[in-house]
Amino acid sequence: MAFDKMELKDIEVWDGNFAAAQALRQAQVDVVAAYPITPSTPIVEGYAKFKSDNYVEGEFVMVESEHAAMSGCIGAAAAGGRVATATSSQGLALMVETLYQASGMRLPIVLNIVNRALAAPLNVNGDHSDMYLCRDSGWIQFDAFSPQGAYDLNFIAFKVSEDHDIRLPAIVNQDGFMTSHTAQGVHTLADDDAFGFVGTFKPMNDMLDFEHPVTHGVQTEEDWHFEHKARQHSDLMLKVSPKIDEVFADFEKLTGRKYSQVECYDIDDADVAVFCLGTSVETAREVAGEMRTKGIKAGVIGLRVIRPFPFEQVQEALKNIKAVAILDRSSPNGAPGAMFNEVCAAMYSHESSPLISGYVYGLGGRDLTKAHLVDLYNELQTNADAGKVTTQLQQFIGVRGPKLSFL
Amino acid sequence: MSEMKKIKNLKEFSTSADRFEGANLLCPGCAHSIIVREVLNATNDDLVLAASTGCLEVCTAVYPYTSWDASWIHIGFENSSTAVAGAESMYNALKTKGRLKQPDRNPKFVAFGGDGASYDIGFQWISGCMERNHNMMYIVLDNEVYANTGGQRSSSTPIGSSATTSPAGSISYGEKMNKKDMLGIMAAHNIPYAAQVAPNKWKDMVKKIQKGFATQGAVFINAVSPCTTEWKFDPKDTMHITDLATDSLVFPLYEIIEGKEFNITYRPKNVVPVEEYLAAQGRFKHLFRDEYKYLIKEWQERVDANWSYLQRREEAKV
Repeated sequence: MAFDKMELKDIEVWDGNFAAAQALRQAQVDVVAAYPITPSTPIVEGYAKFKSDNYVEGEFVMVESEHAAMSGCIGAAAAGGRVATATSSQGLALMVETLYQASGMRLPIVLNIVNRALAAPLNVNGDHSDMYLCRDSGWIQFDAFSPQGAYDLNFIAFKVSEDHDIRLPAIVNQDGFMTSHTAQGVHTLADDDAFGFVGTFKPMNDMLDFEHPVTHGVQTEEDWHFEHKARQHSDLMLKVSPKIDEVFADFEKLTGRKYSQVECYDIDDADVAVFCLGTSVETAREVAGEMRTKGIKAGVIGLRVIRPFPFEQVQEALKNIKAVAILDRSSPNGAPGAMFNEVCAAMYSHESSPLISGYVYGLGGRDLTKAHLVDLYNELQTNADAGKVTTQLQQFIGVRGPKLSFL
Repeated sequence: MSEMKKIKNLKEFSTSADRFEGANLLCPGCAHSIIVREVLNATNDDLVLAASTGCLEVCTAVYPYTSWDASWIHIGFENSSTAVAGAESMYNALKTKGRLKQPDRNPKFVAFGGDGASYDIGFQWISGCMERNHNMMYIVLDNEVYANTGGQRSSSTPIGSSATTSPAGSISYGEKMNKKDMLGIMAAHNIPYAAQVAPNKWKDMVKKIQKGFATQGAVFINAVSPCTTEWKFDPKDTMHITDLATDSLVFPLYEIIEGKEFNITYRPKNVVPVEEYLAAQGRFKHLFRDEYKYLIKEWQERVDANWSYLQRREEAKV
């Protein structure tokens, strides 16, 4: 029985979860092995409904844990076809072992992570703790700021990940609830156009090619392990970045929607800027516009590609900024913020660097309000005027009790 | 359905084309390699194989070499079952979509794991695969110990055995727990076919493996795999030890169909006392001290009771 296509309006009102589920349907994924967890569950449920209504021809396997979900995805990817899944938070934590195995085995898989806090205390709401949990796992990592991004970046992720020069799995992050459960207008692709963009999966070293048996997942010790890891890092550093730019350009040609590894808003003449991820980018843009009416030249930088870290693009974006705030939505637990450190590393070796201060915000779904950002931009302007960071380097914003700052 | 491979005798069987090469790093006398060859040689069909982390894996796929002339995958310690289930799902997807490169083939999906990978750390993954009834076979290479890491106890380690994490000592007879009834648990998933096999009874084993391959759905096989290193016997005695295991009824051979139909497939003509089985292995040496001899008696009583239970179950057809 042939599967059915779906007629979509040019603009649909979708939340980020449904947008991702639609992208998986349109990419005609061959195997989805998945396990539900808040807030990513609706991706899996949405896909299950597509399968029950004959909109999906591929296999849909509901397994017994997130670790098994990625294990099944790895087996399926090694067999030779398009593979995807979704998870969040504790589920991702359980899955982490297999993330390293998937990337080390150079298998293309797309994983949607709907970002959520990590216990304890248990919390189902959005922050970026889980995102950082797999930071060094060898996956290509994209970040959506909205349901539109969650939709578009899935197609882009398949195309980059499955390229025979790349063969690395890819993550598409979106904010738990703020993106995943907030319906917005999403510009759609027609089914044929969407599938045409990602194309039919081209297998390589596939276990189902019985004329060419392959061994996947070998042992290497001190004699060969380093070379394998070095090769993977080298490909991430040298091959993936240009491939992402190429696929972004192809996507813009098809849709008119332009993506960049580092998204810059009002940066050209900006004195002060906020550097952040996820839905905070849109909030910051709103506030930056208001700050400009008050005479503060404010800009926003959103990180679209987390891995490979766009080192040079970050340097380029920040080189003329006087003071920048790096926002980290995860507990640093005894260090400067994870993103703060990365940006500092990029700017330290650059001839000109802004004054950099770090802010920890929004843990466990705590709102980042416009008022927070107004204060923050004012603080940055004070730093810019003083020519030095006038506060401590790390501040917590939006947390109860006496002001918390360090370093 | 592919045609069942016909095997006339052991000589012909042993000279079948190998898809598992003799060039591997397993210990001399290791039963793993014997079992794997018996499984692979039971069919001429294509194979998609997986192995959990363990002796079989570390000894057969050390880059840049491989002992496998068949599609093979290793991910981690706990998930060879799900690796093969994922590959089987991809096979089904590509079959539906008409994208198989060799659509006329009838591949068999087989995962191997040691008892540590199966009874312990991979238990949930196997249960999931059995419950979902993937068209696959899971085979435990049951050597009753974490052999690859140097002999730690698993939930398959039998009572009284000295393992490195349950060592016999001045006040201890070693392992305190009884071996887990893994086959019973897996059969309780009401899978189409579950069986215990032993490499010495190769005809019985090939018959069961072929039955498994002919089955549509999940198959679970528990294979006794005497370990020369951790059971502490001379490598030349592997088959002798296996004979003692099956003929003492410490390791009875039977099958369970659809979780209900129960058949004993081997009845030794001369049942060997359990004491002989224990005495042949260094891991039980301490049981022959005066203060622990009661444990040997208890061993015999336990094996007798189990054999009686199995026979009653077969008669009752439950």
